[in-house]
Amino acid sequence: MAQFPKGELAPSDGLLPEQAKLNAEQRTFHAYIHVPFCKARCGYCDFNTYTAQEIGSSSQSSFARDLVSEIDLSRQVLEDSGVVGRSLSTVFFGGGTPTLLPAEDLIEMLQKLRSVFGVEADADITTEANPDSVDEVYLLKLKEAGFTRVSIGMQSAVTKVLAVLERTHNPDNVARSVQAAKTVGLFTSVDLIYGTPTETIEDWVETLQQAISLDTDHISAYSLIVEPGTKLARQIKVGEVEMPDEDLHAQMYEVADELLTKAGFVNYEVSNWSRSVETRSKHNVAYWKSMDWWGFGPGAHSHIGGVRWWNVKNPAAYTDRLRASLSPALERELVDQANQDIERVMLETRLAEGIDLAWLKSKGFGTQEVISNLIASEVIDGGAVFQGVVKLTKKGRLLADYVVRELLG
Amino acid sequence: MSPRAKTALEPAKTNPDFIRNFCIIAHIDHGKSTLADRMLQLTGVVDDRSMRAQYLDRMDIERERGITIKSQAVRMPWEFENQTYALNMIDTPGHVDFTYEVSRSLAACEGAVLLVDAAQGIEAQTLANLYLAMENDLMIIPVLNKIDLPAAQPEKYAEELANLIGGNPEDCLRVSGKTGMGVDALLDKIVQMVPKPVGDPNAPARAMIFDSVYDSYRGVVTYVRMIDGSLSNREKITMMSTKAVHDLLEIGVSSPEPEPTKGLGVGEVGYLITGVKDVRQSKVGDTVTTSMKPATVALKGYAEPKPMVFSGLYPIDGSDYPNLREALDKLKLSDASLVYEPETSVALGFGFRCGFLGLLHLEIITERLEREFNLDLIATAPSVVYEVTLDDKKEVTVTNPSEYPVGKISKVLEPMVRATILSPKDYVGAIMELCQGRRGVMLDMQYFGTDRVQLRYDMPLAEIVFDFFDQLKSKTQGYASLDYEENGLAEGDLVKVDILLQGEQVDAFSAIVHKDKAYAYGVMMTGKLRELIPRQQFEVPIQAAIGARIIARESIRAMRKDVLAKCYGGDISRKRKLLEKQKEGKKRMKMVGRVEVPQEAFIAALSSDKEKKGEKKGK
Repeated sequence: MAQFPKGELAPSDGLLPEQAKLNAEQRTFHAYIHVPFCKARCGYCDFNTYTAQEIGSSSQSSFARDLVSEIDLSRQVLEDSGVVGRSLSTVFFGGGTPTLLPAEDLIEMLQKLRSVFGVEADADITTEANPDSVDEVYLLKLKEAGFTRVSIGMQSAVTKVLAVLERTHNPDNVARSVQAAKTVGLFTSVDLIYGTPTETIEDWVETLQQAISLDTDHISAYSLIVEPGTKLARQIKVGEVEMPDEDLHAQMYEVADELLTKAGFVNYEVSNWSRSVETRSKHNVAYWKSMDWWGFGPGAHSHIGGVRWWNVKNPAAYTDRLRASLSPALERELVDQANQDIERVMLETRLAEGIDLAWLKSKGFGTQEVISNLIASEVIDGGAVFQGVVKLTKKGRLLADYVVRELLG
Repeated sequence: MSPRAKTALEPAKTNPDFIRNFCIIAHIDHGKSTLADRMLQLTGVVDDRSMRAQYLDRMDIERERGITIKSQAVRMPWEFENQTYALNMIDTPGHVDFTYEVSRSLAACEGAVLLVDAAQGIEAQTLANLYLAMENDLMIIPVLNKIDLPAAQPEKYAEELANLIGGNPEDCLRVSGKTGMGVDALLDKIVQMVPKPVGDPNAPARAMIFDSVYDSYRGVVTYVRMIDGSLSNREKITMMSTKAVHDLLEIGVSSPEPEPTKGLGVGEVGYLITGVKDVRQSKVGDTVTTSMKPATVALKGYAEPKPMVFSGLYPIDGSDYPNLREALDKLKLSDASLVYEPETSVALGFGFRCGFLGLLHLEIITERLEREFNLDLIATAPSVVYEVTLDDKKEVTVTNPSEYPVGKISKVLEPMVRATILSPKDYVGAIMELCQGRRGVMLDMQYFGTDRVQLRYDMPLAEIVFDFFDQLKSKTQGYASLDYEENGLAEGDLVKVDILLQGEQVDAFSAIVHKDKAYAYGVMMTGKLRELIPRQQFEVPIQAAIGARIIARESIRAMRKDVLAKCYGGDISRKRKLLEKQKEGKKRMKMVGRVEVPQEAFIAALSSDKEKKGEKKGK
């Protein structure tokens, strides 16, 4: 996120408003840890990442210690705010490049979560990984500490495409790291990006075939989003690279779905495919089901009972606040019931299991006329509607935002 | 600067021998307002400190465009050879759209200063007004302005003026409105050359209205020139065209601020206030007389204003419709030539069909509505008035192309104009090509001096209202000037072209065009719309049709992708806000059948290419 949404200032003690605790026992609880470091910044990336070893008071070597203090603070805040205590259903390390830190640091943070909140026995514990930064030794340490899953940033198998993205990893390391993860017994996933400038449909098919041959449990494929403020956005603006048109994106999506389906993957969210229900990203599903999560680390976003807040982005500012026993939360947003309903339509429509039609109607969404038109234009599944569910068709997945707008009226 | 005349002559008692009524005829930018400012200063009616640049042009739009829309009159004292005179300077509108108002202003004067930029020479509009002045037997005083400019060529243009109006090039005065040089000599010359007004002081009062202005505090202010008799304060007056009787609440002269007087006598120029609120009750050209001792014969030359160009004005935000109505009602108070009636468009919603004197008038009204009343408007392409005769002899007047009758048409008459174009001779070829392409028939071509040419054409007005002036300017690097006058009706081989979106007619885009141009219009409009209308979830055919016959087609491919790839923790707030924004955007969409058309597409499609430049729409 290059740009934070505009919110009200969060209080310095981090205390949550009344609505956070309501019905908390009906929601699962999740943890996201943002590690804001990378070896190099990729041209398309607008995430909150830094390439320096030291940023003011913060450094890569002291990062885990500071983060652990936010975990302590989070418990205090939740307790003081009257939010019922729950153990964690999933933990997800993202970035940046979490695996740039020593395995011991990741483990230290996980252990802290375990001791403070408890982690459920069948919890998914995932880290994102750069293909260059993990090996079997590293991954084994994670596995032994309880990690269950690794998500590897493959992006593309084609050198020229990686160059446009400014991904510096060695493509051969993708297969090596996936193999290592499998050897130690971790579930595996790869992230792919399509629609990169200069990428042809043949390039994309090549990437898909290689990804499939890795035999992972899960694949995510995202069309390239040119975020304002990135180097890529500037290159496109000055005409240095040309953005592929949306029709090519659509065609690439269709090819991906076809090849992945043929290879035994099942689509369960617009951009995600999994071998089985078991190997889905349960952490991500929690986002889409509006569950509660605490996002730890600089710039991380949290959501508890319709309260959304986000931490200061700069690692030094983050560290300074924690060391002064202040909440690192910068701003927050109280999402009222009407907007929570809108978010639900926005998120659950993207899921393959669809969204409950009776609930939609109870909220005044999806009038008869709209539903009928959506069926007629083949963007939602007519059969499913008769079962009481609004479910996107394959064509509809590419037009999900349109369907959401129509449902909301 | 101290005034030459120590005391002014008292209004209402001024001997006509010492009155001089004159106006200034000039092209836009030739410095009329600046010269008028210098005169106000030199005669002492406005002191240097309160001098506001271009004092006479009050409206912001006038000031910005450097043109005068509404005329006013100023009474200035001036001493010449130990005699004090009252000089009435009557400001005239400088544009072809306001020819009628110009002719009334001229009729209030005995003399005219012909002001020409010494670097540019005379222009077509000036020529048109000069012609009117000479027809009205005005004494013409030729003056070259801006002689302080390095590019000035006074010898060349003095020669040109002498050729036009007779006399010697040496008779042409040279002034600089900017520095004030030569202005006192000009005032002297006005006293010497302009004839004194002649009228019968004992006859029943007859005053000609040459302007009428709405003032929100005082109601309508009527500017008159006394021809015969006199008017005095607190009298009952009668408007001769309507026989309406009003109480004269105030009478006075402008100097240039209003100064009440006891009355106005023969030859004097001043203002009347009766408390009426609508300029239609005080029509330019009408004759004012007294109710006690009314005149029997009105002054010549009165005519009702006649709209020549029509356009539909629609608020972009539909809820502004009542505000637009109110704004038009208000403008109407000060502009007798503005006509309008409610109109509904399938594509644009509720609006008004408005009639204007010409294109500039249309532009000024639209701009005033937007600026003074804070309205966002879409104006449909300007259209002229067609007289359509059906096979069953029924006659229909069409001011809106979408009302053009279907089938069984025996004859269509369209308004014609006589266009006068003045240009350096190098551009003659380009001008002829342009005029021929616009169905112009050349009448004659005449050289002024060695390098300037006047071309006269008979053309359909419809060909001029759309984009002609811009084209003329661009083909002549801005050198050509244009004037036109009404020239009756002529039969035309015309058809109506409709534009259809997914089979639905979009009324705002219908146009009446010559048969030979129908195809070009269809191709242009469908092409434009294909660029402007965003892709929908289905394919949208765009067609141009004459009746049931399709003459051009384009299509907008269906949108295949409308989804954000990623929607994780931090994306959610942002995504919801985007959704809210899209919802707002949808409110500004107009539905044509199932097709969502953004307002911007209508605006861009209806505006000429010139305005669209610099704005690139990706597909």
